[in-house]
Amino acid sequence: MTIALSREQVLEWLAAVVDPEIPVLTIADLGILRDVTIGDHVTVQLTPTYSGCPATEVIEKSVIDALSEKGIENVRIERVLSPAWTTDWISDEGREKLREYGIAPPETGASKRELVHGARTIACPRCASVNTAVVSEFGSTACKASYKCNDCLEPFEYFKCI
Amino acid sequence: MNKDKALLAYTLRLGDNALVLGQRMVELVAAYPELEEELANANFALDYLGQARMFYTYAGELEGKGRGEDDFAFLRDENEYRNFLLLEQPNGHFGDSIAKLVLYESFYLLQLEALVNCADTRIAEIAARAQKEIRYHLRHNSQWLIRLGDGTDESHSKAQGSVDDLWRYTGELFAPDEVDNVFEAEFDGPDLFKIQDEWRSNVAAVLEEATLTKPEDGFMASGGKEGRHTEYFGYMIAEMQYLQRAYPGAEW
Repeated sequence: MTIALSREQVLEWLAAVVDPEIPVLTIADLGILRDVTIGDHVTVQLTPTYSGCPATEVIEKSVIDALSEKGIENVRIERVLSPAWTTDWISDEGREKLREYGIAPPETGASKRELVHGARTIACPRCASVNTAVVSEFGSTACKASYKCNDCLEPFEYFKCI
Repeated sequence: MNKDKALLAYTLRLGDNALVLGQRMVELVAAYPELEEELANANFALDYLGQARMFYTYAGELEGKGRGEDDFAFLRDENEYRNFLLLEQPNGHFGDSIAKLVLYESFYLLQLEALVNCADTRIAEIAARAQKEIRYHLRHNSQWLIRLGDGTDESHSKAQGSVDDLWRYTGELFAPDEVDNVFEAEFDGPDLFKIQDEWRSNVAAVLEEATLTKPEDGFMASGGKEGRHTEYFGYMIAEMQYLQRAYPGAEW
């Protein structure tokens, strides 16, 4: 590598890479961009969300493409499994973007919450009413559940808390 | 058996269990009677396939012969798979599928919770990821078993039949062999006797709430861990492996 690269610069470039299934969120918002190390290769550490999330490979390819555009070809992707990703790592900015996009953001405190499921209140991302009901614990992707708002009557998705 | 061999064998078993159950669930994709369960099943199957990939990738690294996830999944013969017999049983009706998942996931969750603290870092990391997924599955599937058991006369009798039929495959989950013993001793792996006690009380609680009767322990089938499978398994992997066998090296 002939040009001196800084870790911060690479992280900044990568922070623009978006999730293919929720394109309003960047990989930095999601908290899956863990770190970058610069040596013989540029090594990008990413954390998968769900074991079988089909977006993982698309995201890895997007990272390679994004750096390739900046002239960096020597890229390695390292999947970091530990500590396991939790929705608590989604940034506040990411949560706000989700809400604006029509997806209710996950509650925080995942590690405790997952044990005492059931007593949660999910606010409608459109009208903020908490008079909402679960339609299905599952949705269009592994990370979402389907809800409806009993006040504004809109159906919406909820980003599950794990 | 030395430490390295046991680690490889143990990792492959974890991969085989995840793959075989995942494949059975994949067979049901687009066949569920209602949308929520369709989505649940497909999402759960995806979790299993993802876990299988992580275990197989690691097994390939441990083996060091250049084999990867696809080689383990698609290019081995029937007797090389070491999954539990329970997991290869045909899907049957909805109650059969749910009963299979509750019986297995009640075990698998305890196994993963123990593996999180094992001495092999990579297995511990994969287990930490997977346990969150399986906890979610088990909660959902237990609710279904309760609804079926405590439902109509017909759903109750069918669910009871499912539990009775599958019970004979649960003994294998807790029968340690050399791989389990070496893994437990060398890597601080799961204590299957301890897990069995917890499994019994967790499963008993779900069955009780479902108003179902816990079957008596009778004959227990085994052989999966040695590669001796039930007749259904060959048909299952024939379909699963068809593409790679017919078009070796095919990629998307």
